[in-house]
Formats: sequence, C-alpha cells, structure tokens
Amino acid sequence: MIYGYNQKLLRVNLSTGRISVENIPDDVVREYIGGRGFVAKYMFDEIPKGADPLGEGNKVFIAVGPLSAAFLPSSGKIEFGAKSPLTGGYGDSNMGGHLSAELKSAGYDMIIIEGIADKPKYLYIDNDRIEIRDASEYWGMGALDTEEVLKNELGEEFQIATIGPAAEKLLKFACVSHDFGRQAGRTGVGTVLGSKRLKAIAIRGNKDIKVFDPEGLLKKSKEMYDTIFSLPGFTEWAPYGTADITTWVNNVGALPTRNFKHGYFKPADNLTGRDIREKILVKDKGCFCCPIPCGKYSKVEKNGNEYYVEGPEYETIALCGSNLMLENIEDVAYVNYLFDNYGIDTMSGGGVVAFALECCEKGIITPEQVEYKELKFGDLDSIEYLIHKIANRHGIGEILAEGTKKAALVLGKGSERFAIQVKGQECSGYDPRNAAATILAYMTCDVGSHHNRAWAITYDVEVGRFEVKGKAEKVIWMQHVRPMLDTLTVCRFPWIELGFSLDDYPTVLNLVTGFNYTWEDLKRLSERVWNITRAFWAREVEDFGREYDWPPARFYEEPTIGGAVDGMHISRDTLEELLDRYYSLRGWDKNGIPTREKLEELGLSYVAESLGL
Amino acid sequence: MILGVVNEKCSGCRTCQALCSLQNLAVWNPKKAALKVIPRFPKPGEYEVGVCNQCGVCAKICPAEAIYRDRDVYLINEEECTGCGLCVEACPNNVMVMLGDMKAPFKCNGCGECISYCPREALYDVCGGDKK
Repeated sequence: MIYGYNQKLLRVNLSTGRISVENIPDDVVREYIGGRGFVAKYMFDEIPKGADPLGEGNKVFIAVGPLSAAFLPSSGKIEFGAKSPLTGGYGDSNMGGHLSAELKSAGYDMIIIEGIADKPKYLYIDNDRIEIRDASEYWGMGALDTEEVLKNELGEEFQIATIGPAAEKLLKFACVSHDFGRQAGRTGVGTVLGSKRLKAIAIRGNKDIKVFDPEGLLKKSKEMYDTIFSLPGFTEWAPYGTADITTWVNNVGALPTRNFKHGYFKPADNLTGRDIREKILVKDKGCFCCPIPCGKYSKVEKNGNEYYVEGPEYETIALCGSNLMLENIEDVAYVNYLFDNYGIDTMSGGGVVAFALECCEKGIITPEQVEYKELKFGDLDSIEYLIHKIANRHGIGEILAEGTKKAALVLGKGSERFAIQVKGQECSGYDPRNAAATILAYMTCDVGSHHNRAWAITYDVEVGRFEVKGKAEKVIWMQHVRPMLDTLTVCRFPWIELGFSLDDYPTVLNLVTGFNYTWEDLKRLSERVWNITRAFWAREVEDFGREYDWPPARFYEEPTIGGAVDGMHISRDTLEELLDRYYSLRGWDKNGIPTREKLEELGLSYVAESLGL
Repeated sequence: MILGVVNEKCSGCRTCQALCSLQNLAVWNPKKAALKVIPRFPKPGEYEVGVCNQCGVCAKICPAEAIYRDRDVYLINEEECTGCGLCVEACPNNVMVMLGDMKAPFKCNGCGECISYCPREALYDVCGGDKK
C-alpha cells in the first residue's frame, strides 16, 4: 500500500447495477498521482474511440489526490471528468467543498460511473456500503434543492453532489453542484451524469488515511498555515474572494462587456468584492481546510422571495454581470442563483445568454423566435427570460442549450464571429484580444477555452500585452504547474492570490507518500498528462488540429471599445506566430498533433500507437 | 485550557478537525476529531461548532472510572477503559468519538492546537490562555 492513498477505485455500472472495487496499481499512482492525472489516464484508456458523449460508452471519472483530506491548506479539491458533450473532446472540471475529503475517508481515490440507468438513481456510498438508489422523487428538482432534501434525509455527515434539471434535459453545459454553491462547472460533466440518469452522489466516510511521516507532515503543514497567516492577502484578499479582482480587470480594459465587445464597464464599480460584503453577504464560506474562504454566501430578495446563493464569484460577475451589462450586485447574485439551481455553469451560461442577446440585437434571432419580446443587454427580465428558455429547452432555448458554437452553426448569418468560445467551450471572464499569453492560453487549453490551466492576464499586463517573446514558454509553464495542483487536488489560490510558494508542494507530497519527487519531476508528469489529453482530442475528433485552437474573429478583427486598450486588438499573424511557437515548444507538428518522438520521450508509446502515428 | 467557540466567525473549513486527528492520532481522519463543525445550509447559512467544554459528564457516567480530571481537562485512561462507549453516547456536545478500530474513545485533551490554527479565530481558550 502506498501511503496517502486508498489505492481503491469504485466502479459503478448503472446499466447492469454491478458495483465493484478495484485496485489502482502502484505504477499508475506513481506516474499519474491523482485527481486530473487519474481522470486523464483512465479516460484515455477506457472510453472507446468515437463514443457518444451522451451514450452508453461515455463514463464519468471522479478522482481525489494524495493530499485530499489532509491537514494542509486548501486541500479540498475534487476532479470530475468525462468526454465532453459540449466540445466532443477531453473534458474535466474540479470543485472545492468537502466531497473530496469525504470520498477519500470513505476509502476510495476514484469513482468511475458507467452505463445508463433505466430510471433516475442516486449513488449512496457509506464507507463499504454502496447502493444504487431510486431517485425518481428528486428528478426535476433544482440542484440546490436536491442537496437540501438529501441532507435532510441522510444526515448532515453526508457530502452530496447533485445535478439540476438542466442536466436532466441534456443542456450541454450543465454542471455538478455540491455544498450549496461549489460546482464542477465546465465542459458539461453534469450533462453526462444527466444522460446516465444519476441525480446525485451521497458520500459518508470515516476511515483513517495513513501518512508516511505524520510528524513531519504535521510540522510542515503548520509552517504552511503560519506562512499563509502572515501574508498580506490573508487579511486583504480573503474577505472579498475572487471578486476582489473586478476593479483591476476593469481598469486594464479586460472586463468582458456586452458579449466581449467592450473591455470596460463603468458600473462594474458596483460589482466588486466590497459590494458583496456590504450589500448581500451572509457568511464567509470555506472549502475543506482552506484558511482563505473565498466562498461568499449571500442572500438577495427578488419579487418578495429570498434567494440564498454562494457568490457571485469573479467569473460569474464578469460573464453574468458586465458581459450582460447588469449594473448591480443583487441582480448578478440572482442570475447566479437561477443558474445554480438549474445546475448550469454560470460561465458558459453567461456566455450563451450574451451571445443570444447580441443575436437578438442583430436580428439573427428573430422576434418570432423570442415571442416578440424585446430582449436587451442590461435588462434583468430579458436575461431571466432567456435563462428559463435555455434551461428548459423551450423555443429558442432548444438551439442555445447546445452552447454558442453549435448555436452559431444553426443560426448562421456570421454569428460564429461573435460566438465567444474555443473548441466549443465559452471563454472565461478576461477579454483576451489585447493579451497575447491570455489568448494563447484560451486557444490551447485542453478543455476548450478556460482560464484554469494558464491564468495569464496579470503576466500579460506586467510584461507587455502585445509582446510575443516568451509568451508561449510562460503559457506552457503554467499549463504544467496549475494542472499539477488539480492532480494533487489542492487549490491554487494560496499561490495565485496570496503569493504562497509552490516549493512546499513536492515536500508535502513526499511526506505524505514517501515518494521523492521534485517540481521538475512533477512538471514532467504534468506534461505527460497534457499530451494524453491532446491525444484524446486527436483520437476522438476526426479532423482535429490547428483549426480547433482558433478563437472567434471578434478577438483578432474587432478592436475593443473603450477602456485602457480602446481601439486595439491582436492580429491574426500574431496568433499564427504564437501557435507555431507553442506547437514547436510542445514537440507537436504544425497542425498541433503530438509527434511520435514526443510521445515516446514521455513514455507514451501506447498513446502514439492508438493515434496510428 | 478549555475550548470556547464564536460560531459567527467559523467559515466551516474544518481545519480544526483535520489537525486534531493528525496531531493526536497520527492519522488523517476528520471524523475522529474531538470537535465538530455543523453547517446550517442553505438557510440560514451558518456554522455551529461543537466543542468539548470539559463538563465531565463522561467521567461521571464511565462505569470503569477510566476518565479522570487533570487540571482543566478530563482525560481517558486507555488501560482502564473497556470501550463500552457509554461516554460517547452521553456526551452532551457529541464530541467524543469511537470509530472503526479504536479501542477507547478519543476526546479533547486540551492540546489547544485547533485554537492556534483556526484561520478565523473562531476558537479560543475560555481560561484566557494566549493564542500560541
């Protein structure tokens, strides 16, 4: 047994009802570590080529890491993955909360959900007792509401993940929800659970996890906490959470506004962490072992009702606030609640609504398609109308529930130029058109456009936004380091937001496991996983290549309007140059496909063979 | 050292629980901690922390008289404990644990480390001891 792990994988087949517990081999543990590493490895190996993302062949992979459940700052992340119904390629998404510690304490490092249930079910895990239970009475219920009902039924000690009605209706960007406001939001992992008719997963665990050097770990972890307590961000950032950055992003002209047409939104002065704190905050809410509770649990009143929601976080403020031109934090929190209870990713959700509003303005969505309502940016009623339509697949919602890329294909009339996505996934909340590393990060992110793998906007601003030199190198460095934190399943915020040193992570990994890894080793393992996910795309998407890394025309043809970078945009030539450099540094060919040499160098000959290289 | 709590300050992170099990039992198992964080969500959105206030109910009920007072705190003599679990059931704050292969219950021994590492300063020593 390897310290810090259970080395157990729980496999649940919803078609047959078969439940089995398998060993996770030593070499898989050492080479893939956990979390994202496990998800990518098992997804590549187990999903049959060409599987329909919503069919029998797709699987949902849920993994924790060696540092999950640890007394260690911010060790509460859990990774979900599946072949993405939104993009057709590799999909994963992680979330915080307390599910990770619970799964690990129940005795598992991973769950693999297979098959399709004939009726709505939920998965009940109480240590060794595993049951596939009837969930008919919860089907149709909101994601938040389902968690509340299950908690009342099973008890507070259970940690619960749910999907909402949007996932049941196979909206392509449905999320997995947990802890009343934490979401594995991206790539439609919730949709895949919906297609499998799995409404929820409830977990209780109370087993010990043995550690290689408990005394050394205790000492080191205490040092890490002490360091975090001493950093300025501990008192300056934590009270405001991710929304603390709104003003900065707006001031540098990168705040998505009006479907990414503008990069500056004056009323964003009312969409800051301070506005949350002063106007709507109920509670600072932290994930497992996190000293910096970025969760801002809030309450808003609308139409005589009270709505409780965790957030809005920065990404929701950007994509459901400025991008929809909502001017006050209460409205953004309300939209946040609507998406959360439907079980919809607020990032893709905000992106899709913005796209729809622009289509309405341009007459691409006809008045008839929206029941002759005049839908406008900045109008909460318009936005709410579209959210209900999309979540329920009513009317125009049937087209929009497929995401912006597919919706633009149906709607046509040039709408693909402002369908703000890469590979089918809607972009994160930073306008990338004046930031070379940021746009390259969106283009090359292995789940479609997303900031999680390489959050580069501050770096761009620091070293020169249109500077090309060094940008591909920096993006690749981030793409190795940040996903490794998702592999260890620790949160990146102590590092990103507080400036906490990365050096301690290999140290604690070694104290937990008895391994002897350095950051160089871990980056190498991370690079290997990055090549597996890229190979997954190449295997699953027939004509996959450079074209799939290309952003919408708005980013390289339309200058941004207003703000710090008024009138500017990156050029098409610069994007080509960035991609060439990136592929070359990655050891991929000019079409962005990993070469046999590179895969062999990484010990991935079997991946090269499966691609027919 | 006797633990006190200001529930309003708690952010529910359970650092205290993770630390408690590693500090005292040399394992990761937040469920074995001698304190509990109870969330109240979605409404009203609060946390309640159950802590041992060294009330001594456990000592009174112990048929083996294995629980004794040492200055401020009650401790368990594991050699005399029969593992009957009566004290766990009787604990008014539900903060004594006996799980899995434990031969004797575990209860708060007043080490005070959870006070030092609570990021929100929600825990304190009602006897007035300084934080670390």
